[in-house]
Amino acid sequence: MIKAVLGLALLFFSITIVICLYRAIKGPTLPDRVIALDTIGVNLLSMVAIISLLQETTAYLEVILILGILSFIGTIAFSKFIERGVIIERKSDR
Amino acid sequence: MNQNNVILNTLTYVVFFMIFLFSIHIFLAGHFAPGGGFVGGLLMASGLLLLYVTFDLETVRKMLPINYSILVAIGLLFALGTASIGLVAGDAFFTHYFNHFQLPLLGDSELHTAMLFDTGVYLVVVGVTMMIIESIGGDQ
Repeated sequence: MIKAVLGLALLFFSITIVICLYRAIKGPTLPDRVIALDTIGVNLLSMVAIISLLQETTAYLEVILILGILSFIGTIAFSKFIERGVIIERKSDR
Repeated sequence: MNQNNVILNTLTYVVFFMIFLFSIHIFLAGHFAPGGGFVGGLLMASGLLLLYVTFDLETVRKMLPINYSILVAIGLLFALGTASIGLVAGDAFFTHYFNHFQLPLLGDSELHTAMLFDTGVYLVVVGVTMMIIESIGGDQ
């Protein structure tokens, strides 16, 4: 029973990733693509959590946290590139 | 153009220490769990990259005055020194030793010289990654 529910959740997450992939490919502007990639990252780490439940192991828990951190830093870097045009500034005028 | 990014600054103050502690955890847990020096070093470098993205190059250099090429050299010395312990003790090159010790706060813990080699890997990975990021992001 629980396996069927988890498999259904995996199916729904993959459908979400396909929809986000459509937006990442088709998206008219750059921020659309960045948001789509961020959502893909969140859905991917949810899928890793469900797969670790299905395989009954705790070896993937670090993967979830690392994927969250990398997705966060990637989104921050992309949005800084969109806003300022440069990711690492030499001296900011603050 | 004077933009203040208060949300990103405040987030960085919290998230950087979370990434730092998680990198230390992954580094220390590498013997019995997934992880180790390489992943821990990359995670530490990504935490430093978050500082570089939030603040600018000169502020971070003032906050953390680390010469990363010296860090790489220290890491390689750790690796070579750990490998040479066996030579000094009369065994083969790269012989590792371990024993159980009674530490004051941690109790019975197993200390292994592979940990020192992993420290070298950690320092080299952090140093090389930050050298690449600094040399690419440094000039405009």
